[in-house]
Amino acid sequence: MPSLGADMDSGTLVEWSVAPGDRVHRGDLVAAVETEKSVIDVECFEDGVVERLLVPVGTTVPVGTPLAVIAADVAAVPAVPAVPAVPAVPAAPAVPTAPAVEELPADAGVVEAVPVPAGASTYPRATPPVRQFAKRHGLDVADLPGSGHDGTVTRADVLAALAQEPPEPPEPPEAPEPPEAPGPPGPGATAPRPRITPYARRLAAERGAAIEDLQPGRDGVVRARDVPAAPPAGPPPVPSSPVAASARPARVAADGMRAAIAARMTRSLREIPQYHVDAVLELGAALDHLRERNRSAPVSERIVPAALLLHAVAQAARRVPELNGHWVEGTAVRAASVDLGVVVSLREGGLLVPTIPAADTLALPDLMRALRDVVTRARAGRLRSSDAADASITVTDLGETGGHTVHGRIFPPQVALVGLGAVVRRPWADGDLLGVRPTVTATLTGDHRATDGVVGGRFLHVIDDVLHDPEEWS
Amino acid sequence: MTSADPATDAVRTLVRDGLAHVAPGPELDTLRDTDDFRDVLELDSLDFLAFVEHLSGTAGVRIDEDDYPRLRTVASAAAFLTAAGVR
Repeated sequence: MPSLGADMDSGTLVEWSVAPGDRVHRGDLVAAVETEKSVIDVECFEDGVVERLLVPVGTTVPVGTPLAVIAADVAAVPAVPAVPAVPAVPAAPAVPTAPAVEELPADAGVVEAVPVPAGASTYPRATPPVRQFAKRHGLDVADLPGSGHDGTVTRADVLAALAQEPPEPPEPPEAPEPPEAPGPPGPGATAPRPRITPYARRLAAERGAAIEDLQPGRDGVVRARDVPAAPPAGPPPVPSSPVAASARPARVAADGMRAAIAARMTRSLREIPQYHVDAVLELGAALDHLRERNRSAPVSERIVPAALLLHAVAQAARRVPELNGHWVEGTAVRAASVDLGVVVSLREGGLLVPTIPAADTLALPDLMRALRDVVTRARAGRLRSSDAADASITVTDLGETGGHTVHGRIFPPQVALVGLGAVVRRPWADGDLLGVRPTVTATLTGDHRATDGVVGGRFLHVIDDVLHDPEEWS
Repeated sequence: MTSADPATDAVRTLVRDGLAHVAPGPELDTLRDTDDFRDVLELDSLDFLAFVEHLSGTAGVRIDEDDYPRLRTVASAAAFLTAAGVR
């Protein structure tokens, strides 16, 4: 279980996208892990063949727990020329151990523990807030059709499902089955132990319900909606609207993302003596350059002002290294590269902070691409493990429609945070003349244990220099 | 756009599909043709760029940055596409 953020202690494995016998390469997505904030696709660290999966789907394990065994690619030792020997389709059983999932030979004991055949996994795409919204209503996004992009389950899908189904059983658990269900019981009904989804199992534990007593749904699987609501707290209001229904459980199941933000920011305020410096930066010439550059570019290669501002921040972090690093055990430790944390606000509320590694080494078009990619993944609720690397400095950008100035809080153990407000037109003195220019207010929050305000001021000055040096970035 | 909006439903659907690509959800369902969708859907510059890219592809029309101001509402965007020959 990789560490997918400084504040992560454990993660739940929610999907394997490989099976024993599959050939994998460094960077391949092999599994998905749910943290309290998000679902993250885990990338493989090495080339080889999956020998065993050690952690079954639905299991929560601490950071550092091995997830799978990947054997060095012995078969391919003759390296590249051997390619013809390798089946073209990696999903096909490439190694004798692959059919083990079905036939349970030799090392069956291990394989048995993993009830997911290759290719069966399609963990539903939904952003964490939607997932939690569904949870609060006793639904599992796994059960819902997704109408969003690429089958993403949206808040509207959850609402639609709630409108169709009876709300979370307000009646006691022994309520009659829906009329269309009495037919032949699902396979799970006669089995000694009912099949149950991991989430339903957790809910049942939280609510003190015995799993054996639960009635599975039509497919024989006990899902979240089959778990009776928490201790019947008086007669709930008549078939309540979804919004009203959310009020009570919302308090019980604290929103994981909000809790994570709260924990980190509380720690920030408690531990870090923070100072703030601000500067209004004039963007007229920079935006003119950008517009000129974009005019001849296809849409996919256009660069938004936010990317240019990030580029300038990354360069400033390189040139003012005191602000690029971490506070570790009473000492400021400078980071070797500028790993830029980018605050991404999610449409349904909450935020994620993916990292763009070595952002100072990326040319502006590459940084733009990296920004688009991480923002897209964050909003789809599917970051990758490399996006979750520890940042050395973080930027929060309110975007064009937001506030004019943001004084953010440092994400510990980092020692600085950069805030960018909306680009606004302001009166601007140019020599003795007054004009109207697009401007942005940049702020720097610094850790006073590591640096003083003068360093923060220097940082903002470098951002301004970079923005006024189009040769450097265009 | 006025009520004499010449854009067809098909063109407006193109615009809405483009918005659904970046910002699916109930806000889009209740968005009126005359609402400023960047504000209502809270699109940031990356969302808007993705919308432009998608719309440019589905409508088969080149959309330059200078055209962005015309892409404020479903009606104005549909009028822009119609003027560009999209039916």
